[in-house]
Amino acid sequence: MDGAQLEQTSKSDTQREAVIRVRNLTNQFGPQVVHQNLNLDVWRGEVLGIVGGSGTGKSVLLRTIVGLNKPAAGSIEVLGVDVLNGPEDERRRIERHWGVAFQDGALFSSLTVLQNVMAPLREHTGLSESLMQALGSLKISLVGLPQLSCGKFPAELSGGMRKRAALARALALDPEIVFLDEPTAGLDPIGAAAYDELIGELQHALGLTVFMVTHDLDSLYAICDRVAVLAEKRVLVEGPIEEMTKVDHPWVQEYFTGPRARAAQEKG
Amino acid sequence: MTQPMIQSEQDANGVCLRVSGKLLTQSLDTVEKAFASFQPDRGDVTVDLTGVEALDTGGAWLIADLARRVRSGGAKVQFEGLSPAHYALLDTVAENIPDKPGVEAERPGFVDWVASVGARTAGAWKDTLSLLGFLGLTLHRLVRTILMPWRLRRAALVSQMEETGFKAIPIVALMGFLIGVVLAFQGATQLKQFGAEIFVVELISISVLRELGILLTAIIVAGRSGSAFTASIGSMKVQEEIDAMRTLGLDPIEVLVIPRVVALLIMLPILGFIADIAALIGGGLMSWIDLGVSPGMFATRLKENTGIWQFAIGMIKAPFFALVIGVIACWQAMQVKGSAQSVGQRTTASVVQSIFLVIALDALFSIFFSELGI
Repeated sequence: MDGAQLEQTSKSDTQREAVIRVRNLTNQFGPQVVHQNLNLDVWRGEVLGIVGGSGTGKSVLLRTIVGLNKPAAGSIEVLGVDVLNGPEDERRRIERHWGVAFQDGALFSSLTVLQNVMAPLREHTGLSESLMQALGSLKISLVGLPQLSCGKFPAELSGGMRKRAALARALALDPEIVFLDEPTAGLDPIGAAAYDELIGELQHALGLTVFMVTHDLDSLYAICDRVAVLAEKRVLVEGPIEEMTKVDHPWVQEYFTGPRARAAQEKG
Repeated sequence: MTQPMIQSEQDANGVCLRVSGKLLTQSLDTVEKAFASFQPDRGDVTVDLTGVEALDTGGAWLIADLARRVRSGGAKVQFEGLSPAHYALLDTVAENIPDKPGVEAERPGFVDWVASVGARTAGAWKDTLSLLGFLGLTLHRLVRTILMPWRLRRAALVSQMEETGFKAIPIVALMGFLIGVVLAFQGATQLKQFGAEIFVVELISISVLRELGILLTAIIVAGRSGSAFTASIGSMKVQEEIDAMRTLGLDPIEVLVIPRVVALLIMLPILGFIADIAALIGGGLMSWIDLGVSPGMFATRLKENTGIWQFAIGMIKAPFFALVIGVIACWQAMQVKGSAQSVGQRTTASVVQSIFLVIALDALFSIFFSELGI
């Protein structure tokens, strides 16, 4: 972690701009309460890692913020817009400012990889076909896919390549916020490290804010400025990863001081 | 939002390009042409980016692409007034511009069309062989199931019988009833001209019992259950559930195909019978209203003049139709590859093929039974 980022994380709350503000969020599926009075702030330009055991509602939180899941109660503001109850056109506008890469890619199966990446450009910009193709293939190359995969269909790609293609599509419009659901799961270690580096670079150059659900301790140590731990239906603790080992909670202790965490810490 | 701008100035040392405004993907359409048409005449190029307020990968691509074109012409490019973060982005983008951008496949020409005709012809032959192989496999498992009835998945069978048979009763009965009504009505109009109204009974009973009842039922079932079979097994294929079954030592034919085929073998004759009865009721009702043939007279004439064979021929065909529908639907499902789109294509193909084969088979039966003289 370099000096600039340390400085950023040590700034007081008043100096930081919250791009995502979740307040008193409650999510419930039938009798099962997933979140209760959950509060979370995501600051501009940070990489926030969301961790938590299985079934603690990490993906549900992500889906709720991007508007795919209607919560039982609470409010969510993204870039100052109320995404739950705000006016329709405001919410539409805000959708252009975020990109989502789903866990299994969720690429459109009837389009080639390049067409998938070009789809948001086609929908939201007035660029010429050749520039859209150039930008599409640039994004594909940025995420580390060979140009050969441009003309392929999602079904012809491996799981890891689909994830990268999904990231390329999420980055197509150069969004301010990128939501990543388990981005490095299923990638080989070299690919995962290269991917972490890429996220770090893009985040640095574009002021990208990254909301990342992950279990990859290497990613957490390598690129996450802050970590938020979901447990007991809320954000149990949030802060820089170095502070996590000091948290007195059995799950957090086990997660951040286990053998894998120690190995990742040495690397990071 | 400040619109992006590009201006060029020629001085003694070369060209100075001033870029300003927000170079963001969403607003690039205004400067795209200016960047693309920029051709340095001579000398080096200085790109002054002091006025750039915001930059994203789209804007960086335009600058990097321009720099690359200038450099390939042998001239030098210098950047001025770029913040470190933007410079890093420009670097990242310049490094990642593919040498040979992947382009969309070209539109197929005449040769490709000829080739595709050849490929499809060869494919049709292969498909036929594969379908016959699948039919053989299914028949083998069917015989094994008959010899070892405890291997039959009873829960799956009953649920399929409900799905393909029981739930189809209303639509099949309504269809049969309406066919009876139409035949009686149209028949009556023609037969009245000869004063032969009473023959409407034979018209209805023979055409419905022998041909239409079972044929139309089979067509409805092919559209209703055949498509459902292909879509559900095909989706399982996409999700690799079929592969998972194989690795667990489960035979997909035995687990998925046999219950569906057996359910159709049992339910299609029953549905055909229901359609027959409904058609006779509809026809009888219409004859009574339109021609004054009383239900009693209709029943008596039906019993006297329509042999049991007319009904039997219809029923004999039912299991064959069931086998055709079930086997084609399941075979098409097994041909699904990869994507959700493939499931859609195979489902359509399944319905079209099974309806076509049911009609073709019916024609063969028709010739066969006439040759036999029944």
